[in-house]
Amino acid sequence: MSASVDEAVCAVEDLFVRFDTTDAVAGIDFAVERGEIFGLLGPNGAGKTTTLRVLTTLLKPTSGRAFVMGHDVRREGIRVRSQIGYIPQAISVDAALTGAENLEFYARVTGVPRSKRRARIDDAIETMGVQPFVGKLARTLSGGMLRRLEIATALLNRPHVLFLDEPTVGLDPTARRAVWERLRLLRAEVGTTILVTTHQMEEAESECQRVAIMDHGHLVALGTPAELRDQTGELNLDDVFAAVTGKELDSEGGSYRHVRAQRRLARRLG
Amino acid sequence: MSERSDDSLAASADLGSLLARARRLGEGAYAMAQAELRKLRHDYLDIFTRMVQPLLWLFVFGTAMRHVRKLGVAGVDYRSYLVPGVMAQSALFVAIFFGLAIIWERDAGQLQRLLATPLPRLSIVLGKASGAGVRALAQASVLLAVVAIAGIKLDWVVWRVLAAIVLLVLGTAAFACLSMLLASLLKTRERFMGIGQMVTMPLFFASSALYPLSIMPLWLRLIARANPLTYEVQGLRSLLLGLGGGGALWLDFAVCGGFFVALAALAARAYPRAIV
Repeated sequence: MSASVDEAVCAVEDLFVRFDTTDAVAGIDFAVERGEIFGLLGPNGAGKTTTLRVLTTLLKPTSGRAFVMGHDVRREGIRVRSQIGYIPQAISVDAALTGAENLEFYARVTGVPRSKRRARIDDAIETMGVQPFVGKLARTLSGGMLRRLEIATALLNRPHVLFLDEPTVGLDPTARRAVWERLRLLRAEVGTTILVTTHQMEEAESECQRVAIMDHGHLVALGTPAELRDQTGELNLDDVFAAVTGKELDSEGGSYRHVRAQRRLARRLG
Repeated sequence: MSERSDDSLAASADLGSLLARARRLGEGAYAMAQAELRKLRHDYLDIFTRMVQPLLWLFVFGTAMRHVRKLGVAGVDYRSYLVPGVMAQSALFVAIFFGLAIIWERDAGQLQRLLATPLPRLSIVLGKASGAGVRALAQASVLLAVVAIAGIKLDWVVWRVLAAIVLLVLGTAAFACLSMLLASLLKTRERFMGIGQMVTMPLFFASSALYPLSIMPLWLRLIARANPLTYEVQGLRSLLLGLGGGGALWLDFAVCGGFFVALAALAARAYPRAIV
């Protein structure tokens, strides 16, 4: 395992995160390789976001270890944070500022040196294709534009790895395609590694090189979409999920707070 | 855990990296203050809608009560006496509602993002506080302009007005830290609706904003003496009107400054973590 940890962009080893009496993450292992789009899949409450929060240093693991670019998230928090980009599910750009002002804000807070700010902002604008609306107030943008703008703000510090928590939730199919198109471009041209959580199986199937399926804090499957289909003899990831967990995806939904937050987000993105 | 190791990392580091840390601290706070100023430029109407309440106090309450001799101080127009109190009050309201934006989930995503950057947590708190300071500053400028146009007498000495604004921004930043601390304890907006009132109104009434401490019963005077808003108002009053109110100006600055440092330290521990 340690050999793959050294080569991996990020990795978790026997990771546990306990809230009160429940294990949100109950002993998982995986490693994300350089330059891949890695999908962390599962229903609400599976532990995807919790895992992401450990990797972005927002949450301390109860036990086990997590690394980003070879740095331990517990002991080398600042080193980890300076090499990653993170877009949470909640909207992280300021609605009352323009796209350009948001970009400048994040350039400052992520410590981009003054002399490089202009060039980095221009690069991010081009990579994410936000030029047509960069001068508008964020509150006037559509959901897809907002997500692209957010991803642009996360590219300014040239992260080795980008963590995206449900980047396409609440978006219509056209906006979804536009976001993925840009993420593919980012991977192809800049070589950024992307770890994305989603509960959209078909999206993961077409966009991720490898996926890990989580359920109740456990990792129940790991591999390329094709491998998982072959192993289970199913035709698509939705059926793979049903086969490995013994249930349909999203049969019950999350807690009241989670549902409320999701609906509010969907309304704001809509 | 990661916090402790980051701290020891900083402790063992040389002067250069301490300077880098201080620069990051300043850069973050500056970025957030600048963002707030830009938001005001996009939506300046907000300042005017927020002006309604202080102007009501000043021109309706102040005008109605100006002949009640026990209020205010002999020989000074009660409306003049009220100006510092109303300035501090409107800044207090800005501050209290500022840190709480998180409870409306407006700032949740941004705070999660900021926590995953190398920005020190204190910088996030100082940034929010300076944002509140910027709003208070804008509001105070408009209020002072209205006061000047209405012909309400103040000591219009440049350094005194500037010092008053510095004190006001300091007090606002401190109360913004208090609201961040409250937000991290409350977490849901339903609970905040009650608590917001429960904090702002007593702070306002148990201070020297509307009336001098000398007319208060002993118990209320003791509470007012422990209320930082009292010192903020007294400081503003001695700068803008030359009325000391029984304390030295340096004490007013010291209390507001100490209050700010203590609450910023507490908020830096509690606030950003509350959203994870």
